[in-house]
Amino acid sequence: MEAIVVEDVYFSYDGVPALRGVSLTVRSGEVLAIMGENGAGKTTLIKHFNGLLKPEKGRVLVFGIDTREASVAQLARRVGVVFQNPDHQLFAESVEEEVLFAMKNMGLPLDVARERCEQVLKLMGLEKHRHRSPYSLSVGERKRLAIAAVLGYGPDIVVLDEPTAGQDFLNKCKIGGVIAALKAEGRGIVIVTHDVEFAAQVADRVALMAGGRIVRVGPAHEVLTDEEAIREVRLLSPQVPCTACMLRERGITLTNTPLLPGELYLELVRLLRRQAMR
Amino acid sequence: MRLVELRGVSFRYAGGDDYAIREVDFSAGSGEYVLLVGPSGCGKSTLLRVLNGLIPHFYEGEFSGEAYVAGLDVRETPTHVLARHVGMVFQDPENQLFLSSVEREIAFGLENLGLPRAEIRRRVEEVLRLFGLEELRHRAPYELSGGQQQKVAIASVMALEPEVLVLDEPTANLDPLSALEVLSLVAELAREKGVLVILVEHRLELALRFATRLVAMEKGRIVADGEPREVLEQVSRLVGCPPVVITYKLLKSRGLALEGPPLTPEEFVDSLVRGWEAWRR
Repeated sequence: MEAIVVEDVYFSYDGVPALRGVSLTVRSGEVLAIMGENGAGKTTLIKHFNGLLKPEKGRVLVFGIDTREASVAQLARRVGVVFQNPDHQLFAESVEEEVLFAMKNMGLPLDVARERCEQVLKLMGLEKHRHRSPYSLSVGERKRLAIAAVLGYGPDIVVLDEPTAGQDFLNKCKIGGVIAALKAEGRGIVIVTHDVEFAAQVADRVALMAGGRIVRVGPAHEVLTDEEAIREVRLLSPQVPCTACMLRERGITLTNTPLLPGELYLELVRLLRRQAMR
Repeated sequence: MRLVELRGVSFRYAGGDDYAIREVDFSAGSGEYVLLVGPSGCGKSTLLRVLNGLIPHFYEGEFSGEAYVAGLDVRETPTHVLARHVGMVFQDPENQLFLSSVEREIAFGLENLGLPRAEIRRRVEEVLRLFGLEELRHRAPYELSGGQQQKVAIASVMALEPEVLVLDEPTANLDPLSALEVLSLVAELAREKGVLVILVEHRLELALRFATRLVAMEKGRIVADGEPREVLEQVSRLVGCPPVVITYKLLKSRGLALEGPPLTPEEFVDSLVRGWEAWRR
C-alpha cells in the first residue's frame, strides 16, 4: 500500500536548492533505503515525510493527506522520524521517561504505555539503563534510545536517519532485526544510510540521490549491483557485487550478479559444477 | 622498551562496580597500524585514555599495573607532556575544531608549544601539503565537509609530530569514500613516517585492509592479538566479518580450499582465480 507519495517536490534553503523535482513512493510492509553522499538532499527529503518541511513546489501525501494541510503533530502519529544526531531529540530526565513521553502525548493509557516501554527498551538492549539520564549514555546507546522512543508509540511508517552509524556489530544486528520485525508487522521503514552492506542486507528497494534529485530507484538487488550508478553517487559498491565484477574481468563470469555472501557462494558452486560436467 | 608498553593494567572508574579494563598487556612499536575492535563497552576507549594519560590523571578511579608511552611512565607524566607524544582524534571533529581558518587551527597547537615562528610555519606547510589541504587553508573548518574536517583534525594533531596517533571511530559520520580516504591517509603516516597508529573502528570492511595488526577486546580484556588474517576468524564472533570473509568461510566449509581469509575484494578475487584451476580438476 502506498503510504507516502512524494510528487515532483522542490525545496531550497535561502535560495540554495536542496530538492529539485523529487518523486518517490514509500510503501507499507517494505524497507526503502535512501542513499547518496553528504549534501545529496536525503535529510531534507525525509523532513518532508512528517511535515517538518513543506514543499515549495509539488506535494507530499501521507496516507492521502497533503502535508501542507496537516500539523506536524498529526503527521507524527503516522510517521515517526529518528534523526541522525540523537541529541536533537532527547530531553527527558531518564531513559524510561524519554520513551514514555511520546506515548503519553499520543494519549495512550499509562499501563499500556508502561508495557510498551518495557518491550522497546528490551528490544533495543537498554533495559539495564532505564533509570539513567539519556546524557550519560554512549552515542550508540542514545541513538538506540531515540529509536526506542519512536517505536514506543507505534507509527505506521518509521524513518531512520543513519541508524547504524557508530553501532557495533551486535547492535547493528539488533537494529537489522528490529527493522525486519517492523516490516513483518506491515509497517513501512525508510532508512537513510551510507552503509551499503547494511542496505544490502535489509532493503527491499533503494533510491540513490545526488544533487537534490533521485538518480535511480528500484529493487535493492538491481540498484546495489549496478556499479555505475553506485559510483555516480559516490558510494562504495558492496563487497559481493564488487567481487563478481572483478571476477568477470578475470574471465570467471557468474550467471546472476550476487548481492549477498550466500548468493555469491551458490553462484560459484553452480559454475564449478557446470564446468566439471563439461 | 617499545613505544607503547602496558603491563598488567587494570582500571576501575570511581563509582563503577566493575573493572573497565583488567590485566591488559599490550605493546606496540613504530610503524604499526593496530586495529582495535570489540563490542561497545568492552574497554577500548578506556584503554585509549590510558595512552594519553587521561587515565589516571583526569578520570578518577583505581589504577594498577604499569604503562609507558615513548619511554615515559604515564602515571608520573602530566598529560600536556604526553600530548606531544600521543595525538588523539575522535568521532566528531566539530568538537576539536574551533578557530576561524584551517591554517590557524593547525598552528594553534604549535603556538601553545612555544615553538619559534619559522618552525611553526614549516610544520603548518608540511601538514597542509601532506593532507592535501593547501587550497582550503583560508577556509573556516565549520564550512568544510565532514571528511575534510576530520582531515583537518588529524592534520592539527600530526603537526605536533607525535610518535603515536590514536583514533577513536574517526569515520563514524563520514560517507564511505571519505572514510576510505581518511583511513588510507593514516596508513601513509604509519608507512612513511613510522607513526604508531591505534585505530578503533567498527566497519571492518573499510579498515581491515590497512591494519598490520588486529587486537580484539571483550569485557575489559584483550582476547585476540595478531596478524589480521590469523585472528580474524577468531574475533568474528564479537565483531562480525566482512562479506568477502563470510563467502570465503562458506567455500572453505564445503571443502574448497583457498588462501585467506581475504581482507579486501581484490585479495579474494586473486585467491579465487588461483584456486579456480585447482578446483576444476
